[in-house]
Amino acid sequence: MGINRRGFIKIAGLSTLAGLTGKATLGVLAEEEAQQVVQTGEMLKAKRWAMVVDLHKCQQKKGCTACIDACHSVHNVPNFDNPKDEIKWIWKQDFEGAFPSQDHEFLKADIRQSTPVVFCNHCDNPPCVRVCPTQSTWKREDGIVMMDMHRCIGCRYCVVACPYGSRSFNWRDPRPFIKEIDPDFPTRSRGVVEKCNFCADRLARGKIPACVEACEEKALIFGDLEDPESEVRELLRNNITIRRKPSLGTNPEIYYIV
Amino acid sequence: MYDAGKVITGIVIFLVLITFPFWFNVASGNATYKPDPKIITPNEQCMADGEYMKRNHMDMLDEWRDLVVREGQRTFVAPDGKTYEMSLSNTCMKCHSNKADFCDQCHNYMAVYPYCWDCHIEPQETTYGYK
Repeated sequence: MGINRRGFIKIAGLSTLAGLTGKATLGVLAEEEAQQVVQTGEMLKAKRWAMVVDLHKCQQKKGCTACIDACHSVHNVPNFDNPKDEIKWIWKQDFEGAFPSQDHEFLKADIRQSTPVVFCNHCDNPPCVRVCPTQSTWKREDGIVMMDMHRCIGCRYCVVACPYGSRSFNWRDPRPFIKEIDPDFPTRSRGVVEKCNFCADRLARGKIPACVEACEEKALIFGDLEDPESEVRELLRNNITIRRKPSLGTNPEIYYIV
Repeated sequence: MYDAGKVITGIVIFLVLITFPFWFNVASGNATYKPDPKIITPNEQCMADGEYMKRNHMDMLDEWRDLVVREGQRTFVAPDGKTYEMSLSNTCMKCHSNKADFCDQCHNYMAVYPYCWDCHIEPQETTYGYK
């Protein structure tokens, strides 16, 4: 015997109802298992993190590498003797290399001969983020250009895209080349790109970046660019500052007082 | 059938050879081997139920990874209301510091080789005096 129209509609309606409530019930059950996460109060937050480097103060002590040592030790950055394999988060660059468009023959000698500390500029318009095919690098809401090493496939597009040389590729296993491993931060594996993360890991624990903390001359000043009362804004108001390769339109957020 | 004796002998030898791994494993006791992950801090309470962790620790770690790295959130609230930092090296491995006798037990048995430890620092196994 066949089914009549009325019977069919009844069955269809009932099964739809069962399907809907069934899904809802599953949803409620799943909800119960969902994990709860909270933000802790100690975290340092800003609308737009930025850094000011006072070149005069930075150059006071010749050959000082306090910021570099501090950064590289807390982030387990390896030290390869071969410059081809070099990994760097923060390093010293000659003035011409750091600011090619600002350099000229008759520039003030102390500025021209300086070796500014350079690192990731945490650009407002980061070219590395645009080229990353796996979105393993992205710009956070507070402006930090972050790396997710778990997703990096080692294609090195970002290394090519970055006009500041801020990104290094792990050609070799870095572990044997780390003098002392800090257990609080992971190392990297062979085949991923790494760079300065503006100490996002330390900010989350309420600490300022390691390089800023290590600089005795207070040449590195870290703060919120969107806050008009912040120290960085104060310095930017009262000093002449330059940025690295601004004509490229990347909008770097590291400012150098000259 | 021609050469029935030889053919049947051949079939028997073939069957013995092809089932050899099964016999061998039963004889050597490997077939009854079960992984035995050891808890070395029995007084500590895990953030979730043991059965749940057995089934879901990998998903939990995946979720923690995304929350910490991508969302910048680091504090986890366990079902009992306690809070933990979401960190493999600094939270999980503080109690389960015996990686070889805990993680590796089941992972080796199941032939899964997670590459967590290529980057994350595994605890120094010598410090707790186990074995």
